Amino acid sequence: MYLQVNGAATYCYTGGKPINPAQPTVVFIHGVLNDHSVWILQSRYFSHHGWNVLAVDLPGHCKSEGEAPESVEAAAGFIGDLLDAAGVQKAALVGHSWGSLIALEAASKLRERVSHLVLVGTAYPMKVSPALVDASLSEPMKALHMVNVFSRSTLAAPPSALGPGTWVFGAGMALGRRVLASNLKANVFHRGFVACDRYANGEKAIASITCPVLFLLGSVDQMTQPKAAQGLIQVAQEAGQAVQVINLPVGHHQMIEAPDQTLAAVWDFLKP
Amino acid sequence: MPGYADPGFDTLALHAGFSPDATGARAVPIHLSTSFVFESSDHAASLFNLERAGHVYSRISNPTNAVFEQRMAALEGGIGAIATASGQAALHLAVATLMGAGAHIVASTALYGGSQNLLHYTLRRFGIETTFVKPGDIDGWKAAVRPNTKLLFGETVGNPGLDVLDIPTVAQIAHEAGVPLLVDSTLTTPYLIQPFEHGADIVYHSATKFLSGHGTVIGGVLVDGGSFDWEKSGKFPELTEAYEGFHNMVFSEESTVGAFLLRARREGLRDFGACLSPHSAWLILQGIETLSLRMDRHMANTERVVQFLASHPLVSRVGHPLLESHPSHTLANQLLRFGAKGAGSVFSFDIRGSREQGKAFIEALKIFSHLANVGDCRSLVIHPASTTHFRMSDEALAGAGIGPGTIRLSIGLEQADDLIDDLKRALKAADKAGV
Repeated sequence: MYLQVNGAATYCYTGGKPINPAQPTVVFIHGVLNDHSVWILQSRYFSHHGWNVLAVDLPGHCKSEGEAPESVEAAAGFIGDLLDAAGVQKAALVGHSWGSLIALEAASKLRERVSHLVLVGTAYPMKVSPALVDASLSEPMKALHMVNVFSRSTLAAPPSALGPGTWVFGAGMALGRRVLASNLKANVFHRGFVACDRYANGEKAIASITCPVLFLLGSVDQMTQPKAAQGLIQVAQEAGQAVQVINLPVGHHQMIEAPDQTLAAVWDFLKP
Repeated sequence: MPGYADPGFDTLALHAGFSPDATGARAVPIHLSTSFVFESSDHAASLFNLERAGHVYSRISNPTNAVFEQRMAALEGGIGAIATASGQAALHLAVATLMGAGAHIVASTALYGGSQNLLHYTLRRFGIETTFVKPGDIDGWKAAVRPNTKLLFGETVGNPGLDVLDIPTVAQIAHEAGVPLLVDSTLTTPYLIQPFEHGADIVYHSATKFLSGHGTVIGGVLVDGGSFDWEKSGKFPELTEAYEGFHNMVFSEESTVGAFLLRARREGLRDFGACLSPHSAWLILQGIETLSLRMDRHMANTERVVQFLASHPLVSRVGHPLLESHPSHTLANQLLRFGAKGAGSVFSFDIRGSREQGKAFIEALKIFSHLANVGDCRSLVIHPASTTHFRMSDEALAGAGIGPGTIRLSIGLEQADDLIDDLKRALKAADKAGV
């Protein structure tokens, strides 16, 4: 469905269903150079099991119009506006990679409006190597290849987003090319990486959230290595937050390399 | 970045899609099971509704077939693939997924005879028309496009004239018309060309040929490059609007890049049912594991045989882009991974003289087998005008680069000297038959 958010048509995958005020809502937030479709094997399940789903294309990404966010804070503000536009008072936020930082920042701003926070493939600080940041601007196809190489952990993924026969690496490359081509005004690859790299409010944000948080990490993730999330986990624990940590035996493509395990972890965490 | 995370072609040919499972089996197991047990009622319902991915029934998907599909997608640089009962089934699946009655296709004249039959006769009966254009006639491709055109289609190298399809140019024409380019890469395999790199959108193979490589199995595979934007085109409501036949699913919303494969599997395999046997998938996988080694030998042997035939006085024409006289010589050097020598090992030549001399030639061969196949590890020979392309008119034959006396060879993996000796003796027999 399309919602008008800040005057821009914003696409949200809902599993083909309208928002039911009687149901809980979960918002899925994608990472750099991704869109809603990376969540398909989690979002479709939720939408057919009693949840409202808003798997959003961030502004300026694929089906969504608007200015692509230049910072995590701007994107987090958009999530609040999205909930308002959808008429949703309270929601669980699930974010992957850059999307995890957006979810974290949004949870700290929206406070009681967020019921659960799930950070998939997260790290803080989420520093991106200068070479990769530069390449995302000057040689985006080369950078896209690097990102997909660093993201995968297997040459033999289980049946995935397109069902059996999905070649996850190729699907990641094709999606990246499509998202990049969807915005002729801004290089959303570079913009997203810069936003990740510059985000500096993570520790303050995690200490101020008012909901339980799940860290869902890939034990062989080369993009956001599990050790890079430990500081944030420690701050959350020291702040007395309800923290759960799950390590899946995958890389940075958690949702499509391990769709069932990712779904099970998020489902178990969010279920009433 | 060589290594497991960024492997090269040969490594993918051996490892993509499979790692040792719980049984410890190193080779890909053959899962000869029609159906697969659900974990629970919820799991069953979720699989049927595409909320979760997995195997239900082997007409739709199968673990052995999935390895073959992943491997082919990896080798082609695609997003995924669907195994089919044959190459013809793959072509039909592509067409049936993209269009229905009232649609139009623009296709190359240089097609395998079976494909020409499907387009020219059979699909016409179902309301899908095809306009045929010589592969090198770029203005012809443009002029043939109509408002109801849904697909442009050609072979990487035409069978058997080896006209090389100018994929970048034809793809551009297709994309300007808002339709995809489908390419049959059977004769080249992903080892000799990866059509997606040149702008093609969908690729299929008769896996019966070089992919399996041993003349033991019939199979096909359809690979999606994930590059075509179905929503932007606006010409494919089959992929961008709710489909009542599958829970009102909008395939382009489910997958930004994979709508075509979603519908092809969920409708095409489900309803038309031209699925591949897992045993056949396994046989094809055995072939793929040595694809590059075999193709190198096919190319080397072909180069020797082409040189021999081109210098023989009884041969009036050799149709291989290795020769500068071939109309696709330059294009082959531009597009194919190994240049003109990578234009495949299936080619034709003409013997000077009568049909009787042609017959004498074929019957004198001892190593070359006279049969209707190509891409075997053994060398093969056939007379296209009376066999594979016999339903085509003389005009259509000429369009495909085939004359009444044309002989087609598929060069195998034997010793090149032995092949040349066999041809030399047969040409001598043909010469005597003309006296």
